[in-house]
Amino acid sequence: MNEYILYPGCSMEGSAKAYNDSLNMIKGILGIKLNEIDDWNCCGATEYVGLNLIPAYSLIARNLALAASQFPANSTVVAPCSACYLNLEKADYYMAERPSLGTKVNEALDAGGLHYTPGSVQIRHLLDVIINDVGLDAIKNKVKKPLSGLRVAPYLGCMVPRPDYQRRWSDFEQPTELDDVLKALGADVIEFPLKTSCCGGHMTQIGPETAYELIRRLVSTALEHKAHIMVTVCPMCQMNLDAYQSEANRYFGTNYHMPIVFFTQLMALAFGKNPSESGFGMELTSAKDALAHISSEVLPNTPNVQNKSEGLPMPSARLRKKPGK
Amino acid sequence: MGEYSSINPRIGVYVCHCGTNISSTVDVENVRDWAIQHLSKNGVVVSRDYKFMCSSLGQEIIEKDIKEYGLERVVVAACSPHLHEKTFRTASEKAGLNPYLTEMTSIREQVSWVHTDKKVATEKAKYLIAGTVERIKYNESLEKFNVPIDPNTLVVGGGIAGIQAALEIANAGFHVYLVEREPSIGGHMSQFDKTFPTLDCSACILTPRMVEAGTNPNITLLTWSEVVNVTGFVGNFNVSIKKKARYINENLCTGCGICWEKCPKKVIDEIFEAGLGYRKAVYTPFAQSVPKYPVIDHENCTFFQKGTCKACEKFCPTGSIDFEQEDEVLNITVGNVILATGYDLFDARKVSNYGYGRLPNVFTSMEFERLSNASGPTGGEITLRDGKTRPKTVGIIHCVGSRDKNFNNYCSTICCMQSLKFSHLVKERTGADVYEFYIDMRTAAKSYDEFYQRVLEEGTLFVRGKVAEVSDAAREPHEIGKLIIQVEDTLIGKQRRIPVDMVVLSIGMEPRYDAKEIGKLFGISCSSDGWFMERHPKLDPISTMTEGIYIAGSATGPKDIPASVSQGAAAAARVLDKILQKEVELEPIRASVDETICSGCRLCNNLCPFNVIFFIEDLSITRVNPALCQGCGTCVAACPAGAISGTGFSNQQIFAQIDGLLMDI
Amino acid sequence: MTSSAVTEQLGAGLRKHEDLTLLHEVSIATAGVSHLEMCIQCGSCGGSCPSAADMDHTPRMIFAMLRAGMRDDILRSNTPWVCVSCYHCVVRCPQLVHIPDVMYTLKGMAISANLFKDSNAPDFAQSFVGFVENFGRSFEFGLASRHYLKHYPLRLPGMANMGLGMLTSNRMNMLPKRIKNIEQLKLILSKAKTLELTS
Repeated sequence: MNEYILYPGCSMEGSAKAYNDSLNMIKGILGIKLNEIDDWNCCGATEYVGLNLIPAYSLIARNLALAASQFPANSTVVAPCSACYLNLEKADYYMAERPSLGTKVNEALDAGGLHYTPGSVQIRHLLDVIINDVGLDAIKNKVKKPLSGLRVAPYLGCMVPRPDYQRRWSDFEQPTELDDVLKALGADVIEFPLKTSCCGGHMTQIGPETAYELIRRLVSTALEHKAHIMVTVCPMCQMNLDAYQSEANRYFGTNYHMPIVFFTQLMALAFGKNPSESGFGMELTSAKDALAHISSEVLPNTPNVQNKSEGLPMPSARLRKKPGK
Repeated sequence: MGEYSSINPRIGVYVCHCGTNISSTVDVENVRDWAIQHLSKNGVVVSRDYKFMCSSLGQEIIEKDIKEYGLERVVVAACSPHLHEKTFRTASEKAGLNPYLTEMTSIREQVSWVHTDKKVATEKAKYLIAGTVERIKYNESLEKFNVPIDPNTLVVGGGIAGIQAALEIANAGFHVYLVEREPSIGGHMSQFDKTFPTLDCSACILTPRMVEAGTNPNITLLTWSEVVNVTGFVGNFNVSIKKKARYINENLCTGCGICWEKCPKKVIDEIFEAGLGYRKAVYTPFAQSVPKYPVIDHENCTFFQKGTCKACEKFCPTGSIDFEQEDEVLNITVGNVILATGYDLFDARKVSNYGYGRLPNVFTSMEFERLSNASGPTGGEITLRDGKTRPKTVGIIHCVGSRDKNFNNYCSTICCMQSLKFSHLVKERTGADVYEFYIDMRTAAKSYDEFYQRVLEEGTLFVRGKVAEVSDAAREPHEIGKLIIQVEDTLIGKQRRIPVDMVVLSIGMEPRYDAKEIGKLFGISCSSDGWFMERHPKLDPISTMTEGIYIAGSATGPKDIPASVSQGAAAAARVLDKILQKEVELEPIRASVDETICSGCRLCNNLCPFNVIFFIEDLSITRVNPALCQGCGTCVAACPAGAISGTGFSNQQIFAQIDGLLMDI
Repeated sequence: MTSSAVTEQLGAGLRKHEDLTLLHEVSIATAGVSHLEMCIQCGSCGGSCPSAADMDHTPRMIFAMLRAGMRDDILRSNTPWVCVSCYHCVVRCPQLVHIPDVMYTLKGMAISANLFKDSNAPDFAQSFVGFVENFGRSFEFGLASRHYLKHYPLRLPGMANMGLGMLTSNRMNMLPKRIKNIEQLKLILSKAKTLELTS
């Protein structure tokens, strides 16, 4: 049983309830135990950080200080939400990179009787932990109902693979982690070129036109690649693409219907849970039709929209063999 | 004059003003007076000061004193020994005093240039001089020694720099071994189509040189070969060269080409065709290969892998296929070595936002060279990855993997010109629209900026902006099916999305993947970026810190063809200089092992940064090669028994210097 | 000659120029080491930005303006407010400039200077902050209703569907949640607000 410190984030109990419910369904199956930090506070998302440096990082660091004091040294904090994950990682990294910041933040924490030494905890995203600690093989073994026939667009979002100070992810632009997990569940994973393009974040509230355009790009590209459903790891992305899709449709005069769910939901489904247990039904852009594509036969994957052309050879997939060696 | 005696030797101290560089901070007259008063019990018999000791008048003062006062040691307190040690040693030698009995004390770089407090500076100068005075008593007369130079030369690398160097030496009448790892000489230049700025056909200007190198009686061409071991020192290197088995009998082969025609096994040619074309398992890299003999790639040959086929053997009219052939090791001795091993190219797959490897119509510069080359996979037609369609719009991206702290920090020098050349070729062959995306236009050599003007006239569109991404995700209908280059046009201040058919990435130059290993083999170092390190970046770009090993061409850093040729010729001139002198004089500052004390513990063996320490098994002692030793002192410090001493840095000398530094002034 | 010796010799004539002051100020107030002075104006950032089309100035232009000391123009610009914090720019920047963090700093400076009037973005940020500082958690329902009521009252009817959907699917709480030790958080934050980075 792998044990981790859980930093849920504000959305887990709110807009990302489906994420929370499905995570609770699968964590036992995956052999993960999540111990919540006692009395954690909001990480500040992208709002608080934009106001004042030291208060912002003190807000985040309170959580790190609590985690470090409540659990054994060098434990791992797992954050399911991308923004929370990034904020925690940034706070830890910058406090070390810039000692003067670390000192001032600790001065503030001290007023509340807390202290955080950068590097005291490891900070990782939920997907990272599932892929690297549980492993793809273990996941494959737990699959009872493979998701064959379901064409998924893996949408990792922007804050997980970037800026990635601790270099945990395979690539800044086209990482393969989410694709791999979905393939392990038996789904037909499309090559989604915008897998790390931004959903607009909080622009849906403060600059809607900008956000709608970003949402439109994602949804239309997924449709172009004939995806049935988009899969994400971030509550903000899910809310933007799900809840605001009708707004975007209205703005552009389009009629897109592209459901978006959390990867844990598909995992729960594949592990044999029913849709309601897996958090389905809460999404505003219904995933019902998408799920109907899942069949019990193992279907061959439909070819991707873009064909690699015949003719001159493409550069080989792995780094070219060095000459002479 | 000049041997250590039990009484203090007669020492002269000279304090330089260096104009006002020293005298404005150090009270030089005071130091001068102090030296004669305070240090006369230590042997100082004369102490002077002068404005510029390094001038001829300054030197004459020393020479006169040596004769008049019968000086046995000279201490010059002035600038750094790096600058004028040789000056003062030569002056002493002229006056009849062994040059190694003259030492300098740096009271400029170590005192006046780093301190502002005059009292402190003057005191420090005194301490330093006292240290040198005490130490110099233990200096010994040393003689430089001469080593004969073997007139043969080894040139490693058969690219344009190596070929140039080899030809220069060969034409001067001396023998050269030219070793090349590929089946043919020619290097990267043989892959290009045209060269900038003249637009000469690359093969047309290169192949005559290649043929010359292949037929010159003074050049022994060893292709499909690698250096595996080097021992020895300048003038006398013992080199082992592995001649890999070609599986072709060179005495019988006529280069007719039937074998590769008949060979059924096609392989992607990663090296010469940059992965864009195919070759056979038995092949020559290109039609004008020198030598003309093919090689069999035994990793891909059906016979070697599975035991069947042998088509080449069946069809060869002269019976020159020999599957039994084995690697051969050739041992040679040479006097000097020139390393001209060239460069590798940056792996564009690392820049995932440009989509190379994922998007078919993104090409690297070398792939483009092969496309445009008449003997390339498309016969010189510039086409998309399908091998047929001509592009209507092409985007050329500068600085891929260069000038970028995420990849390589340095500028690769040639990519701007190369991109301009590509632009010209595209316009000439296809009439397509061409966009070039640059941060700066670096066209700084002869006729280069004129070439830029020419390409501007031809109608290429230049956008100043480092491309952010190349994508196939269309946002508007007109972008569908195209590659979209997203960039900020910084001169307008707006982001632009430019749909093109084909993208060419001007990738940067990198050191060879095994440059460090090759450097180690020859005892030279690489810079932090991995290029071979020259002795002095401005004044000595083709020699290294190791005597007898020279470097030339792009192995030392990114450069164009004229610069590579110049460096090849310069290295050759340096080698000829050595060969004609017949002997080389070596500095005697080096370590030596006292064999009566050495216990054979071998701690020092792996510490030598120049690999000149060797162990004598049957005597169970270690020796230092005096000719290659650079006198760094690492082994001297490491020896737990104190068995190694460095001339010029003996324990006695160092302890004496410490005593002097701690003297009560 | 040492640099301090040089400065001593040149004396009072070597004051920091106005241009450098703004750059220095922003650099210090930015999380981590910003590398602002290393910008070579290549445009990678402006090229990567997904919302560049909506910005008054591209990120690169903002840095050029920082160097030119154009404080007012920068703080009036909508650029930091249109930044979506996607971090595309910083991973592609060849000089490793911490662009998104600089944008955060500029947001903070714009709010303090009260110069950016064209958007409700600063106000939204302050509403968010208000909830977090009082409850320790974000309160979406409160935030959304306050924001829309104040800035987009006409859109509310259209949003009602979505709001209702979120409420009925249990994805939005009508009441704010409070952390137990909100006093501790308040102490920490009020202390933090008195502190400033000077190096």
